[in-house]
Amino acid sequence: MSETSSFYSKAKATEEIAQRFADLRPPLSAKAAVAEALRCLYCFDAPCMGACPTHIDVPRFIKKIASGNLEGSARTILEANILGASCSRACPVQVLCEGACVMHYQNQKPIEIGRLQRFAMDALYASGDLHPFSPCDLSGRETGKGVALIGAGPASLACAAELRRRGVRAVVFDARPLPGGLNTYGIAEYKLPLAESLREIDLLTQLGVEFHFETSVDAAMLAELEVDYDAIFLGVGLAGIKKLGVAGEELEGVVSALDFIAAYKCGDLLRVPERVAVIGAGNTATDAAIAAVRLGAREVHVVYRRGSEQMSAFAFEYEHARQMGVSFLWYRMPARIIGEGKVEALELVEVREREDGSLSPATGQSVLLEVGLVVKAIGQGTHAEFVQEMQGGKPAKVRMEKGRILVNRETGQTSNPKYFAGGDCTNGGREVVDAVADGKRAGVGMATWLGGHDGDA
Amino acid sequence: MATLETTFAGIRSLNPFWLASGPPTNCGEQIMRAFDAGWGGAVWKTIGAQVTNVSSRYSSLDWNGQRMVGFNNIELISDRPPQVNLREIAEVKRRYPRHVVIASLMVESRREAWHQMVSRAEDAGADGLELNFGCPHGMSERGMGSAIGQAPEYCGQITEWVKEKARTPVIVKLTPNITDIRLPARAAKGAGADALSAVNTINSITGIDLETLEPRPKVDGQSSHGGYCGPAVKPIALSMVQQIMSDPQAALPLSGIGGIGSWQDAAEFLLLGAGTIQVCTAVMHYGYRIVEDMCDGLLAWMRRKGFATISEFRGLSLPRMQEWKNLNLNYRVVARIHEESCIGCQLCYTACWDGAHQCIHLDRMQGGLEEPVKGTDPRFVQHQPNPQGKPAPAMVLAESMRRITVTPIPRLDLHDGGLNRDRPPLGRIPRVDEDECVGCNLCSLVCPVPECITMERADTGVARETWEERSARDQGQKEGEIWES
Repeated sequence: MSETSSFYSKAKATEEIAQRFADLRPPLSAKAAVAEALRCLYCFDAPCMGACPTHIDVPRFIKKIASGNLEGSARTILEANILGASCSRACPVQVLCEGACVMHYQNQKPIEIGRLQRFAMDALYASGDLHPFSPCDLSGRETGKGVALIGAGPASLACAAELRRRGVRAVVFDARPLPGGLNTYGIAEYKLPLAESLREIDLLTQLGVEFHFETSVDAAMLAELEVDYDAIFLGVGLAGIKKLGVAGEELEGVVSALDFIAAYKCGDLLRVPERVAVIGAGNTATDAAIAAVRLGAREVHVVYRRGSEQMSAFAFEYEHARQMGVSFLWYRMPARIIGEGKVEALELVEVREREDGSLSPATGQSVLLEVGLVVKAIGQGTHAEFVQEMQGGKPAKVRMEKGRILVNRETGQTSNPKYFAGGDCTNGGREVVDAVADGKRAGVGMATWLGGHDGDA
Repeated sequence: MATLETTFAGIRSLNPFWLASGPPTNCGEQIMRAFDAGWGGAVWKTIGAQVTNVSSRYSSLDWNGQRMVGFNNIELISDRPPQVNLREIAEVKRRYPRHVVIASLMVESRREAWHQMVSRAEDAGADGLELNFGCPHGMSERGMGSAIGQAPEYCGQITEWVKEKARTPVIVKLTPNITDIRLPARAAKGAGADALSAVNTINSITGIDLETLEPRPKVDGQSSHGGYCGPAVKPIALSMVQQIMSDPQAALPLSGIGGIGSWQDAAEFLLLGAGTIQVCTAVMHYGYRIVEDMCDGLLAWMRRKGFATISEFRGLSLPRMQEWKNLNLNYRVVARIHEESCIGCQLCYTACWDGAHQCIHLDRMQGGLEEPVKGTDPRFVQHQPNPQGKPAPAMVLAESMRRITVTPIPRLDLHDGGLNRDRPPLGRIPRVDEDECVGCNLCSLVCPVPECITMERADTGVARETWEERSARDQGQKEGEIWES
């Protein structure tokens, strides 16, 4: 059964989490927003717009803030990015719009595009206005076509919005109880609170997107969907965090970073032990390490088998973690996890990098790190197996490469014309905004392929 | 040693900075504080039959976060009894004998009324009289203020009456709300005025409250047209001052007024022939204290330029203002973008395409034009925009929107996602086609980076020729005709 009631109302408000995870980038006041908007030069073919994967017309929405046309500002953002509110908070703007701001070239602070975008979107919520778009507003009518979208993450949501605006029925299936995928369950709470992700999706439901939760799509169901729908969108994301492959991994207190983040975001985890180790040095690892500090850990170690220069976390995330007191242990690998029933310590060996980039034990010496929690953040696996399973062992329905579903990047279409895909399962795991851009292109691509409205976006 | 001391129409002044007649010169207490702050003189808030003012009275034009770029008032002349003002004039002059106090006057258009007012003001000790023929609101409805300034014959008549009685210099203050300000100026001069002051405020409505639909300033749900002043009016004031000072029948010692708030503004009025300048709005915005830098900055500039006194540079820019027909048609400048300063905002590109002559292109990545065709006057020769068929703005934008970009992630991308923050990418730096450039200045004006776009002399190899000379040569045949036969 499709669910349409408010998702926002289902978010568990946890006072303690809200306090511990206060906004990293607090909202701008109305006066500050106008002052900041006035700094924008209004570049032509603005670099910020080009750097944004969804190509939001940044100068246009900023000038609308300056002119007091907040409704128009929000509409400008949503026109390009249906998850503009989430992205304003979750985006690594330092390497996207704000990183491209021309202000850098004259030694000035870049325009605070992320916070201005949030200001415009918050204003839309505060106004109580409906979503600026409506079903079929681009097609003028329902086309009678329907698409099943697997996964309720950002890619599917963006795709669904494009489909609905073009009169195509969009039915989303997800294994979790709430929509949003990693946008809801996986973004550090001090960037994007779970409730905010849901609030945005509530607006989307006004477009008539249908949802089926706690529904895992298997081969049999996929076969049914193929019959019932005119096309299928795969927005399945990546699989869980990879295994370490060391002894003791099954102990209580060894968790994946994604489960750890989802647990505190849902209010199911309010405290962590005094000492925590995070394995891996990507953005998820730094998110988890910072969360551990905010959840009361006194000592948090990030353990990485290579050096800081190979770390995949953004430089500003690394800086943030360091400022929060997180320590980084370079060239260390977990050898085993020790404990009686639950984690008590982590044994680390020192490694060195050979010239060819491979790792070898350095000294053979090992150190013992006393920890009560080990958070694994060594990257997510791919859904290669899942896609194989979906196919029920028959010849491949969609072509894959290195665990990613191959798509035409402009339309999102896979090797199987009836299947489209986008988001982490096609791009290997990037940002929310990348998933939105993928989903948007796929939504337009699908509507076009289905012979519906040609799409003007 | 440079000095700011100057003599204006026989009135000695410690410096050329006077407060204009207005709220900052409402009473003696204010004016004495202004003198303490460094003002050389003050024109008393206009004295006449006592009036009642409304509330509210002022409104402003704000622009892009800057407050009071333009300012408007519907306040009338002094609402204090004339005898109070006159008593305070006497007191100020007693305490500040070296400072200039000018009495601004406005009475009904009767000879006796003017005679009486002139005598009283002079008896109080005023150093000079300013006849307010400029106030554009309220008083004009009663046949005074700009109602006089707009009618040269009234202007001359009243000046005559005043001169019959006056022993001190008479300054006629002119309204800009007139087609040709030289006409009342000539009338005043013809009637014996000793000096002029220009300009008074300009008729205006600064804006409307879009919630209540009331124009500003609001008075019980209504408004009235007010007098506009502040930085926005300076160019209009400069133009009118120049017109007067370039007209031998009108030119007199002139006290320049209109949007002056800095020493640079003041220097500009002086260079166009003003002998003193008057300030009101800037003081209403920031207080009397602004005069300190006006004096300090002007003196420093004078020293730098080698001027010892105001009179050494007064009017020096006047000969450089010419009628258009006397400008050199064969002088040419072209825009040059200094790549090392460019930040890649491309405001010059969009401005040139939409607001000028389509001469700036985004084709550096394509190598630009390798061998531009050199002409002397591209618009004259080519008659068409974008003769090389370069991409128009919409095409440039569409290309960017089509481009698929992703968040740079170290793990997935070859580069580390670090952006070069020293210089913009070459493709974002516009290129001026110097052959197409008409030298209009627009790109250099919109460029947010100082000195990034300069206008460089391009030698046309053709001798100086003005339009007047050209039409005389062609006997008015070629350029005068609209259609080719």
